[in-house]
Amino acid sequence: MKVKNPNDIPNGDYKEALLSLLYQLADDDFILAYRGSEWLGLAPHIEEDVAFSSINQDTMGHATMFYQLLEELGEGDQDHLAHGRKASERRNAILLEEVNGSGHYLQEPRYDWAFAVVRHYFYSVAKKVRIDSLKNSSYEPLAEMAIKINTELYYHLLHWKTWFIQLMNAGGEARERMNKAIERVLKEFQGVLTLGPMGKEMSLMALIEGEESLTKRWELALQPVFQSTQLSFPPNVSMKKGNGRLGEHTPELDTALSTLSEVYNTNPAASW
Amino acid sequence: MTATVLDVLQTVKDPEIDSISIVDLGMVNRIHHHENALMIELLPTFVGCPALDIIKGNVEKVCRDQLGIQSVQVQFVYSPPWTSDRLTETGRERLKEFGIAPPPEHFTGEEDWEIHCPYCDSPYTSMENLFGPTACRSILYCKQCRNPFEAMKPISTMM
Repeated sequence: MKVKNPNDIPNGDYKEALLSLLYQLADDDFILAYRGSEWLGLAPHIEEDVAFSSINQDTMGHATMFYQLLEELGEGDQDHLAHGRKASERRNAILLEEVNGSGHYLQEPRYDWAFAVVRHYFYSVAKKVRIDSLKNSSYEPLAEMAIKINTELYYHLLHWKTWFIQLMNAGGEARERMNKAIERVLKEFQGVLTLGPMGKEMSLMALIEGEESLTKRWELALQPVFQSTQLSFPPNVSMKKGNGRLGEHTPELDTALSTLSEVYNTNPAASW
Repeated sequence: MTATVLDVLQTVKDPEIDSISIVDLGMVNRIHHHENALMIELLPTFVGCPALDIIKGNVEKVCRDQLGIQSVQVQFVYSPPWTSDRLTETGRERLKEFGIAPPPEHFTGEEDWEIHCPYCDSPYTSMENLFGPTACRSILYCKQCRNPFEAMKPISTMM
């Protein structure tokens, strides 16, 4: 079955599963692009500032594409979807909303670069697995977007993989901090891998493959890197703080949303 | 009519690389013309590119001003995806004039990306940063003529 556009949607169940998937994809990219953008001016060196900004810009662009699909499905204006929804309505994984470290962007930011590298690397691998599957999605507008997103994701993956391997092989403090970051990221990574309560319907409708096979492929994609950096395999993931796919979130998301939506909330018609 | 519209679109340059037109960049996908209404489909190079809104505005303006068409609609579409092999031969030359190495004509992601210096054509170059001042560019250095330069990233659906 192929669904060419919003008017061809066969039934309510299909639509519900599609909306659920799109909200996860959009909200994940949106909040992680924001967390990434908070590194601007604080990255380890100027080349990284340039690279990380490009990656965040791309990722925010991907979120916009998903919000655009939601708008076409009658979910409301895409600016509102990005800025106007409360934390409880967001479907992003909790890991992606976590702060970059202690302190504040303007005062004493003690951001953790190891955490940034691990979170972005593991997320990019998971996103690549999802995007590859979405290229065959039964919802054609989504499949077309996946092909486009994939061309940009290629460079993100290359970037984070390089950082990951180099810091892991650097030994000393770098290795120690990376090990700690890996432990922290894996504690919540199931939240990224899960497709939420509609997961089964999503694969039944051929919107995306099932959670289990996507998870398996995420592991396999990491295997060579884990082996080359002497990490135990497979990674053991869990979800300690709650399931973002159910609208469960931490106060860190509220703070992020109030900061990033400040302009929109002051004047929703403002262009910026 | 399509040919006339394309001629006019040749005057719309990339706001960040003003030697190259959106036509030579391969961004123009389709042009629909019906009575006094024009619909132009453009393919974004990188989706988060902040120049997209400026390009859209410039296209609308130039079509109104030069073709006298009041109803101009510009739409960004993702299918077919923009890939770097859409650049025209002229486009590749214009990039070089601007100091940007054009991407390889065919790229699958498997092979090495060999980049020649846009100034002296030497292949003896080094990558300083895969990411550059805009999403579509990388930063390099030529070890032959000792000029820093940029290269447009290859984008292929086979990557």
